[in-house]
Formats: sequence, structure tokens, C-alpha cells
Amino acid sequence: MSLADLTASELLDTLGRGEASAVEAAREYLALIEQRDGDIGSYLRVDAEGALAQAAEVDRKREAGEELGPLAGLPVAVKDVLCDSAGATTCASRMLEQFHPPYDATVVAKLKAADAVLLGRLNMDEFAMGGSTENSAFQVTRNPWDRGRTPGGSSGGSAACVAAGLAPLAVGTDTGGSIRQPAGLCGVVGLKPTYGRVSRYGLVAFASSLDQVGPMARTVRDAALLLEAIAGHDPHDATSLEEPVPQYAATLDKPLEGLRLGVVKEHYGAGLDGEVESAVRAAIAQYESLGAEVREISLPHSKYAVATYYVIAPSEASSNLARYDGVHYGYRTDQTKMVAELAAERKALSDAGDEAGLAQLDTALVRMYRKTRAEGFGPEVKRRIMLGTYALSAGYYDAYYLKALKVRRLIRQDFDAAFEQVDLIASPVTAAPAFKLGEMVDDPLAMYLVDLYTVSANLAGIPGISVPCGFNTAGLPIGLQLLAPPLKEARLLRGAHMYQQATDWHQRRPAFSATPSE
Amino acid sequence: MSNAYTTVIGLEVHVQLATHSKLFCRCSTQFGAEPNTQTCPVCIGMPGTLPVMNRQAYQLALRTAVALNCDIPEFTKWDRKQYYYPDLPKGYQISQYDLPMSDDGFLEIADAKDRFEPKRVRIIRAHLEEDAGKSIHDEAAGKADSEIDLNRTGTPLLEIVSQPDMRSAAEARAYLEEMKLLLTYIGVSDCNMQEGSLRCDANVNLHLDHEGESIATPIVEIKNLNSFRAVERAIEYEAARQYKEWQENSEPPKARQKYLARPKQTRGWDDAAGVTRAQREKEESSDYRYFPDPDLAPVITKGDEVQAVREALPELPAALRERLGEDYGLGTYDADVLVNQGRALVDYYLAVADGSGDPKAACNWVTQDVLRVLKDQESTIDQFGVSAENLAGLVKAIDDGQLPSSRAREAFEVMLADGSAVDAAITKLGIEQVDESALEDLCRELLAANPKIVADVQDGKQQAVGALIGQAKKKNPNADPALVRQICLKLIGEGV
Amino acid sequence: MSLTRQDVEKVALLARLQLTDDELATMTDQLAQIVDYVDQLAEVDTDGVEPMAHAVEVANVFAADEVRPSLPREAALANGPRTNGRGYLVPAVLGD
Ligand SMILES: [Mg+2]
Ligand SMILES: [Zn+2]
Repeated sequence: MSLADLTASELLDTLGRGEASAVEAAREYLALIEQRDGDIGSYLRVDAEGALAQAAEVDRKREAGEELGPLAGLPVAVKDVLCDSAGATTCASRMLEQFHPPYDATVVAKLKAADAVLLGRLNMDEFAMGGSTENSAFQVTRNPWDRGRTPGGSSGGSAACVAAGLAPLAVGTDTGGSIRQPAGLCGVVGLKPTYGRVSRYGLVAFASSLDQVGPMARTVRDAALLLEAIAGHDPHDATSLEEPVPQYAATLDKPLEGLRLGVVKEHYGAGLDGEVESAVRAAIAQYESLGAEVREISLPHSKYAVATYYVIAPSEASSNLARYDGVHYGYRTDQTKMVAELAAERKALSDAGDEAGLAQLDTALVRMYRKTRAEGFGPEVKRRIMLGTYALSAGYYDAYYLKALKVRRLIRQDFDAAFEQVDLIASPVTAAPAFKLGEMVDDPLAMYLVDLYTVSANLAGIPGISVPCGFNTAGLPIGLQLLAPPLKEARLLRGAHMYQQATDWHQRRPAFSATPSE
Repeated sequence: MSNAYTTVIGLEVHVQLATHSKLFCRCSTQFGAEPNTQTCPVCIGMPGTLPVMNRQAYQLALRTAVALNCDIPEFTKWDRKQYYYPDLPKGYQISQYDLPMSDDGFLEIADAKDRFEPKRVRIIRAHLEEDAGKSIHDEAAGKADSEIDLNRTGTPLLEIVSQPDMRSAAEARAYLEEMKLLLTYIGVSDCNMQEGSLRCDANVNLHLDHEGESIATPIVEIKNLNSFRAVERAIEYEAARQYKEWQENSEPPKARQKYLARPKQTRGWDDAAGVTRAQREKEESSDYRYFPDPDLAPVITKGDEVQAVREALPELPAALRERLGEDYGLGTYDADVLVNQGRALVDYYLAVADGSGDPKAACNWVTQDVLRVLKDQESTIDQFGVSAENLAGLVKAIDDGQLPSSRAREAFEVMLADGSAVDAAITKLGIEQVDESALEDLCRELLAANPKIVADVQDGKQQAVGALIGQAKKKNPNADPALVRQICLKLIGEGV
Repeated sequence: MSLTRQDVEKVALLARLQLTDDELATMTDQLAQIVDYVDQLAEVDTDGVEPMAHAVEVANVFAADEVRPSLPREAALANGPRTNGRGYLVPAVLGD
């Protein structure tokens, strides 16, 4: 049995017992990446040298009997959206291709302090905007279960990487479902914590009031292990919660006695794939057989969640992405060319005697901004910036942005009421399994509707987890989503673990040819 | 022409709060550092960085708002004001929009020279926000690039917006001076205009009557006002310019309507040329797309906290002026002179007045002699050579008759030079009380030696006695000139 | 209300994006479609509902006013696309 076949928890124990070294584990994963990732495209950059050095340092510490962090020697891969002073942080965008942050995101600093071995940086939708990872400026990531299909997004690199066995643990981020949806489509576990549970410092912002960092892994136990290492209060993030971090992994095996599981009646309407529905209903039945009481509940405003989300998220994004202007860091358009073009335009207008045109002509500075941003951002990012700018602009603020904030509260109140009656809510993660690459690129609205089951948790700020609950006839994974009240991650993990103890969906692996693809 | 219209002025003041570190990061706010040496990932607006609010900045803002008699709502939040400018690295300024931390206050102004009636200028709001950086355009080098320095980016500012309650440049200046005085009294800002700690924009328009109809000309916002003098000059210039513009556009009615419907304009003050100039603006530039900053938590300030801030306020200038009038019997002018010099000088004065028991005389010494020396020495009261205790001693010595007022200035100079107390100065100068009979002897001696003067006085030329005073002083430096004069006249009158 | 091409052009300037004619056309169609979808929010009764700008309701989060070291200038400017070693350079900012 190879080290890469072990779960993270098993590997941690193996390393702890001295049966293998961190360098051996890192080597094994690096070899697998070399062998398999050409097909998958989950990593944007692999840091073999850095990983081996970190692994060697862990081995040295262990040898010397020095104190070790909770993830000592465990390989971890990070979505390329969390700043790491060790190299570039690109957000899969041309805009940040050359950006080298002089600081670590708090999560990255915690991983380093936990003695994790950072393998490399994972692909994603540009600035985490998208649900297929096709919006990456650099490469396509493929679903390990079917290379013609999407791994989901925006943490598609993280999900595909874990599913393909190219890291036991990965860090993702979730603004509207970006951890849970790719986890569901790739048959792995992904958890979005309560808003404020994990620091956002150094997480390149998409929509600040919705973004959360979370773990992705093969098992719930592994997700608990990683969450415990990255969660906690951070004085550098004013929205981070000052609550102690429970011992998620240690309490995992305590089953949830008398669990009341909520099933949302609004979730089972038209548009839900039949095989997905059967798998989710089977999972709910599984819970019943484990002693849970299933109750039907209502989230009356859930049908407005996507509309609410696609006002709030782009609005915040339009503001967060205003900083990419080519002045202080990041991409800048070719200034000489830009100045020449502008001069030619001015001359043409002047020759034509077009006074109005001349008055409207951009200044060099404005043109520099506009060209820089036009060239640095991809189409989906531009679309969201435009949408958000529109929603916040004079005359539309009340009808869109302010209205959405009010509906957001109603959505949260729905959850508060529901959690009076149930302990967890179960639902599909997505309405259908992974779609084909390229299938939705020209239909942004259809793409947005994929987020139907996941966005509510972000709007409400509550935690949610995606666990594998079956496969369709084509062999594509299906995910079950569980939601819990704020800060009830321990309950969420125990509930999900209970299910994994009784099922083996999470133990299935996609097939790989034994030889490197080339 | 001054009756033809009323100038209506509202001021927007930006004050830099005296914190050590910036509003949202812990970079220093020290003025004058080399460009881009006081920045960090947060104030450069690097991806993923987050703001955390400086507690002291909020406290200073709160103290100011309370001192300006503002209401402090229990709930306040921060918003993003969005526009693109290279000295604004995030693409938005963190400011306050619809729920500022304070509103509805006032500041009272008066003029010691009585050029306007005392009045209360209402304050619409005061809110906390971050400063932008600086753009430097090197015209000398003739290059097409501007250089951006982000040292100032993120410095805490309090923006204080007045109602358009001022009616003249003098009132506007008085408002600014009183504001500056208040801010320095409560220690929230050094208000150094050269260093940009206090900045001001003025909104100006005219109210006038046109054939029985009340007209308000379009409002003009004047920027780039770098001194109080500039504010005064710009307002005067702008009022005249707007009146001329009105006259050119008042007829026919169509032209008038068009003129009056003009949107608010921004003009920059050119101090060297003494004119305002229109600034180029695009229509979309005022669409700031404010929305609540999701990175910052709101602040809740309970009434008892506001009360505690109010109680901890030092005595404010207005109250101090009143106390100087009522308890120390000073006139408006003197009280003004003292208070306007700042709290340290007032404290000095109070110590002299209380120590000597003669507030009037103390006032004369402080406002004349002390201020003259400070001005000559270009120094401040805390560096002054005569302690308040010693000056009080001097005033007392005069009042007690221990020190003739004729020699008080000499004593003061000695005390100033060596820091001594009045007794030592008296000794050093050999000042002693001359008893009256000794003085009478001296006078008799002088009269006998100067028959011509005696004759002149007898002829009615009383001023001739003055020559004797000089001689008396020569013979005995402690001779009190007034007494010498009085005794001489008496003796001549008695026919000596 | 439907989105016009003029609206989109105005928004593109506000957002400092330069769009080609093709992009403008596509963007107008797509944004109109999304805005139409989002317009369903209008049917929700939100009278008396407090807007929810934050996912968690924390207040009064402050840091102490203590100066910490800034970045060395080289490090601050290291990511700048155009600098002169003292500051960031941009096309002339004239007349403010
Ligand atoms: Mg302002
Ligand atoms: Zn800073």
C-alpha cells in the first residue's frame, strides 16, 4: 500500500509512528502529480523544492524531538487565492500573474505553523468567479471521473486534486458554493465554515461578506483535521469571530443522538435531476435507519437566494476588484502603445472637428485604467464587475443592492426558524452531476442557477458540508449537502461522519492509467 | 454693491487626527518621511488585506464630535466611496455615508473687532474617514508621468461639514480659527495647515433679490485652499465673480433660468493669481456607489460612553473666555487674546492672576510684556524664562509697594535674563524704598540748585518740573518719579 | 426595466473597463438577461426588514494605536508595474 492511498489522518499516524518520513510522503505525492496531473490540470504551480525542504525540516524536528504542529508532514495543496509570500498568488488571472505578496494569508501562516508540507497552488475560476474552473486564465481542470467534464468551481483545482489523489488535503474557498459544489461534482468532502470562523486575511477578496476558506479532503475526519488547523480568531480580520475552536476531530466519533434532520420542501421541484434526487433521498433514508428523525421544513425565501446572491456578490466584487488598476501591483497595459493609440484617436476627432467626441475622450490615466482592466480580466470577471457596478450605481442602489440585503435577512430568518425545529438540514449540492466542459460558457445565467442549493448558506453565514452520496449511471459522483446553525461545525462534521461510517461512497477512486500521459 | 447680495458660505473641513498609527493599519502617520516608506500591504491595498479600525482614531473623532455639540447616534457604520485615482490604492475610500458617527452640532463664533454679530454656525455632520496619498507631478522635469506617494494613505481624518450659515469671508475665517482653536484645546489634532493636518473646501453662492423674487445662484465648491488667508481671499473673489456672472446672465428670463439651473461646479483656488478656475469634471465622476464596507464591523456607542467623553473634555475656548470675563473681570478683547494663544498661555495667565490676586495687572503683563518677548524670541510659553509664580510675585510686589512700578520693567528684564524671583531682582537692582522725608530733602536740594525751573513753574509752566525728575533719578535711582514730581510741585507751591 | 447599450457604456466607464463593440453587444444581452432574472426580488415584501450587510453581527472591533514597522520601500514598490525607486509612476495626473 502506498502512502498516497492513506487518508490524511492515517498518514499523520503513520508519520507519527515513524513508519514513514515526511520526505517520503512528499516524494510520493510529487511523483503522482507528475504522473497524473497532466490529464487533470489541478495544479497551477507545483513547488517540489519548497515541499521537500519543508518535509525535510519536519523530519529533522521529529528526529530532534522538537515540538511538531498538528499537521506535521502532511502534504496540503492550496487554492491560488490565498496569499503566500513564498511565490506568486495569481487567482488564475492575468491581472496577478506577476504578483508576489510580501505576506502570508493567515490560513497559509497557520498551515506553515502546523508543519504542513505545501505542495503547490491549485487552479480555480479567475478570482473565484465561476462554477466550472473554466474561467481560469491559465488552464482547464478536468473532472477525474470524466475528463470531458468540469470538476466544478471555483475551487475546481482543489476538488480535482483531492479526487485524483494528488494531495490528501486541499484548501478551497466558498463564496456561493465554491467548495461544496466542486466537492460534490468530484466525489470528495468539502466544508464551508461559518462566516468568520476562518480568517479571511490574505484571501484575495471576491465578495467579502460571503467569502470563507474551508477544507477539502477524502473523508470527513480529514476535513475536521484541516479545519481545526486553520480556524480561529484573527485580529487582522475584523469579521473573524472571537470563539474558541472546538476539537473537531476528537469529537467526531460521538454519534448524534436523536438527530433531527430537516428536508426542505422547496428543494425538490422541477430541474432536479432524477438520479441526484434518488441518491439524496437514499442518503436521507440512511440517516433514518441510523436513528435520525426526518422532518420536512420550509425555507420560503430560498427561491430568491440566487437572485439575491447575484446582486450582493457582484456588487462587492465590483468594489473589491477596483484595486486592480495597474498602478501599485499587477498587470499594466503597454503604456507606449496606449499613449500612441490615444493620440491617434485625438487627431482623428480633431481632424473631423468632433468637439463632443474630444470632450468625451479618455484622459491618458483613464485610458490606462480601462485598457489594463480590459486586458487583465477575463469575460466572467468583467461581467460581474459590470453587474455589480450597475447594481450600486445612482438610481439602482435601492432597487437592487439594498433590496437584496433585505431579502438576505429574510433568508437568514428562514434558517433561524428552521433550526428551531431541526439540528441539520439535508439537501442536494447541485441539481445535476458534473456537466460537460464548454457546455455552459455562453449562458452565464444557466451557470449561475447551478448555485441554487449552495448560495443560501453564504448569504446566511451558516456552515455547510458536501459529502459523496452516490454515483449516477454514467459513474459521476453525487453530493449530499448538510447545513448547520452558525458555529455548529462540530455537529455538522459529526453528522457527516456518521453517514460516512455507514457508507463507502467516499472510498471509491477514479481510474488512472499506470503510465504518465504524454 | 455689498447690499446687492448676500454671500452664503458653508465649509467642509478635513482634520487629521493625532494618532500614532493609521486608521486601518499600524503604519506611522509621522509627517515628512521619504516617499513610500510608511506603507504596508494593508494601506497599499494589496489583495486579501483587511482593515482593522484604530481605537484611538475613533476616540479622538468622538471627542471632537462631542466638543462640537453633535449628537452621537448609537449605531454607526463604514461605507466605501468608490472612485479611481492613483493615490487611492483600493479604488475606494473608506468613509461614512448615510449613518455618520455624529450629526447636528454647532460652533459659536464672534469677532473681537465687531465686524459681525456673534453667531452659531450649525454643523451638519462630522465623520471619520481615511486620507488618500499624494500625486506629485514633476513639471520641471517635463515628464509625462506623475509619481505616487502612499505615506499619507490611510491617515485618519475627521470631515466636519457646516451648514451654509456664514455670510462673509470674515465669518468663514472666524469659523476656521475657532475650529482650529477648539481642536487644539481638546488635543485631537495639531491642525498644521502646511502639513495638511487641516484642510478646507468652501461652498459659496449668492442670495439676492431680483424684482421681488429671491434668487440663489448655483453653488460653487472651492478647492485647494491652503491657508486661512486663502479661504478669505477666495470667498471674496468668488462672491464678486458670481455676482458678475449673475449680472451677465440675469436677462432675458430664459438665460436666467438656464443659469440658475446649472449644477454645482468645482473650482480651484490659484493663490498666486488670486482667482478661482473651473475644474474639468466628467458627469459620471460623482457616482460614488457608496455601500457598507463588508470588512468593517459597525460601532455601537452607548449614551453613557458619550457622557463619559463629555465629562472628560477639557474646558473649551468659549467657556474659558466666559470664565475670564466673569471670574477675572477681563474684557472681551483681553479674554480673546489670551484664549486664542492656546491653553498653555491661559494656564500661565491663570497662575499669575491667582498667585498675585490682581487679574487685571496679570493680564496686562501677560498680554503685553510676555507676548512681546515670546514674539521676539519666536518661542512658546513653556520655554518662557519667567515662571508664572515669579511673575505673580512681581505683580504682587508692585501692588504691595515693595517694587515701584517705575522700576518693574527693569526687574522683569532681570528675572527674564536669569530666571530669578522678584526679591532677588530687587536686590540685584538695589531697589529700596526711599522714605518720604529723604525724598523731600533731595527735592529741596534740587530746587535750590535750579532757580530757573522754580521760576518757570511759578510762571505756570508746570512741565518744567520734568527736568528735575531726571536729576533726582541720577542722584538716587530708587526715587519714584511721580513722587518727586508731586513733592517738587508741593514745595514750589509752598514758596520754598 | 431593460438595460440599454448606453447604460452598459456608462457602466463600463464607471467600472474603468474598455469594451469592444462586440463585447458591448454581448454584455448588453447578458446583463439584460441577468437583470431581468434579478428583478424578481421586487416581488418580495421587505417592508420593515433591516438590510443585512454582514453575515455575522459583530460590532466595535478595534486595534490599539501602536506603530508597527512598515514595509521597506523596495518591498513596497517591488510589485509596481512602473516605479522610479521612490514612487509609483502613472500617466500624468494633471489639474487634479
Ligand atoms: Mg470626505
Ligand atoms: Zn500601512
